[in-house]
Amino acid sequence: MEEIRIENLTKSFDGFIAVNDVSFTIKTGELFSFLGPSGCGKTTLLRMIAGFETPLTGRIMLGNQDITQLPPYKRQVNTIFQNYSLFPHMTVYENVAFALRIKKVPHAEIDSRVKEMLQLVKMEDQAAKYPNTISGGQKQRVAIARALINKPKVLLLDEPLAALDLKLRQHMLIELMNIHDAVGITFIYVTHDQSEAMSISDRAAVMNHGNIIQSGPPDDIYERPASIFSAYFIGETNLIPAEVTSIEEEYVDLKCNAGDGEFFEIDSTFHFRPEVGQKLTVSLRPEKIAISRTKPRAQEDINVIKGIIEDILYLGSHTQYIVKVGNLKFRVFSQHKRVYFDDKALDWEEPVWLFWHDTDSWLIDEVTPMGMDVGEVNVFERPFQTSRGVKRLLKSE
Amino acid sequence: MKSGKLYKRMNLTIFTLVMVFLYIPIIILIIFSFNDSKIVAGWQGFTVKYYLQLFENQQIKQAFQNTMLIAILSTLFSTILGVLAALGLENKRFTGRKVMNALIYVPLIMPDILMGVSLALMFNFLRVGTGMATVLIAHITFCVSYTTIVVQSRLQGFDYSLVEAAMDLGAKPWLIFWKVKFPLMIPGIIAGALLAFTLSIDDFIITFFTSGRGFDTLPIYVEGAIRRGTITTINALSTLMIGFTLFLVAITKRVRNLLLR
Ligand SMILES: Nc1ncnc2c1ncn2[C@@H]1O[C@H](COP(=O)(O)OP(=O)(O)OP(=O)(O)O)[C@@H](O)[C@H]1O
Ligand SMILES: [Mg+2]
Repeated sequence: MEEIRIENLTKSFDGFIAVNDVSFTIKTGELFSFLGPSGCGKTTLLRMIAGFETPLTGRIMLGNQDITQLPPYKRQVNTIFQNYSLFPHMTVYENVAFALRIKKVPHAEIDSRVKEMLQLVKMEDQAAKYPNTISGGQKQRVAIARALINKPKVLLLDEPLAALDLKLRQHMLIELMNIHDAVGITFIYVTHDQSEAMSISDRAAVMNHGNIIQSGPPDDIYERPASIFSAYFIGETNLIPAEVTSIEEEYVDLKCNAGDGEFFEIDSTFHFRPEVGQKLTVSLRPEKIAISRTKPRAQEDINVIKGIIEDILYLGSHTQYIVKVGNLKFRVFSQHKRVYFDDKALDWEEPVWLFWHDTDSWLIDEVTPMGMDVGEVNVFERPFQTSRGVKRLLKSE
Repeated sequence: MKSGKLYKRMNLTIFTLVMVFLYIPIIILIIFSFNDSKIVAGWQGFTVKYYLQLFENQQIKQAFQNTMLIAILSTLFSTILGVLAALGLENKRFTGRKVMNALIYVPLIMPDILMGVSLALMFNFLRVGTGMATVLIAHITFCVSYTTIVVQSRLQGFDYSLVEAAMDLGAKPWLIFWKVKFPLMIPGIIAGALLAFTLSIDDFIITFFTSGRGFDTLPIYVEGAIRRGTITTINALSTLMIGFTLFLVAITKRVRNLLLR
């Protein structure tokens, strides 16, 4: 009943389009996240919903009410800011009580509601402290309590965990989910961390350059990316440029160019009807590929190709192999199990077989941009990403 | 490592020397205020008689009252004006903003004597009789620059997202000002006020040009007394003033700690 509906929202700053004709609907009580590289317009979108920016065109509907032009203090929407923005001259208690004091709620009621909120975020014993004497995670909790006390219909969270360290982030993520379950209101969550979005959201939208590229349940975006951008931004993937050679009833045969006149053939199931001769891109997640030095028994529905191990990275929970097939580089994740295909560990420069089930690859109806050589199209250089966020992402790897 | 240590020690030595040169005259002054002698030469024995003379001297009493009155009033007015000016200059749509911002700094750089002379000329031109009113106006005039700049610097560090947070939580602009912005400005306002107060108390040059006969503040009286050759009560008076200043410094620290936490 109180769903939030965004219709054709556009925002520009001095001619620069930060949010471009975006439309979506978020259901009541849903935890919806926006995911995208830095600068893609997530914060701007959120600020328009909160009322801090006026859109150039479009409408924001909360239930049946058009809130596009309402000032922030009249909207039943509250925000958790990227840097918490707690009032430094007020105690934790007073920070949380702020919204109620403004509304002149009777003292006794304020007291009981503040205590209830502090309990929800497990801060009841810190009520008398000032913001600069508590830790980052605790500030986060206070910010949540402060935003929720006014019983908003929608809570906006702008990268709420970005300033916390990894362990605390994982912990707070679970806490946030619990709070969401406890209060039952709509959460709109913004992040550039795909694992955060994947684990927390009911649904997510991938954004780039002010546009929504794809939206849906996180597993859907992961398993069935609609574009090279979403395949690539959500999780790791291998992108293989390919050409359709024939179409059977349930699968297509593809010829993949490995560069230097080398080709290999694979097949794949499909979800859109390609044409013979069409060029497209195959997305293949690294964890779906098996790796072995012995050639697997030939099977109809298994693709097998041959390559050479170029690099091995031990990553604790799994090992990442980089395997060269012609000029293409494949990224392969292999988990450490007692059941090995091979009794001896694989080594650098070793010829290996890569194989995967033909339902595990995913066709994307996009060709990798022109004028790029085959090696570049493949995972490593990630050439079509120019946005800041991705560069940052790459650096942190 | 070694040179770092040497560097540190040199720094410390220079610092100590500076402090010694700074405070030796003051210490001498304090000691001689208890010296039983009409001139500052040789120790003649301990006495507090000059302090007693101080409290009997009607002129000094009057000058003290004048100084305090001017200081309190000019602090009050210049602080209020300074706060308003700083808030007004924050508004980016205000057209004269840049010029005003530059003009605010001029009294800090301009020699006091220029300011004193020009004010005296203006009062003369307007045929305003010099006295308490003109001194007060003069003090407010130069204090406003300082209070404005101090409050402005506090506002510059102000985190605008706090205003957005307050708005988000339902506060209208007026309430945001009183509940969030103003409380966070208070340390700046107090710092500005204390600066204005100390500037007003010990101003000599500008007061000299705008006070005329018959309205003496302490610095004016002290200058006159020294000219007439009475050093002794002045030593006592100065010692008391030093004590008062230290007291002010201590209070400032307390207040700031209390407010900033
Ligand atoms: N007030 C503004 N004036 C001019 N340009 C702006 C303004 N706010 C944002 N932009 C621009 O709009 C684009 C989107 O910014 P936004 O803050 O929404 O990105 P974001 O997705 O939140 O990025 P991040 O992950 O870094 O927070 C950016 O290119 C930014 O430079
Ligand atoms: Mg942002």
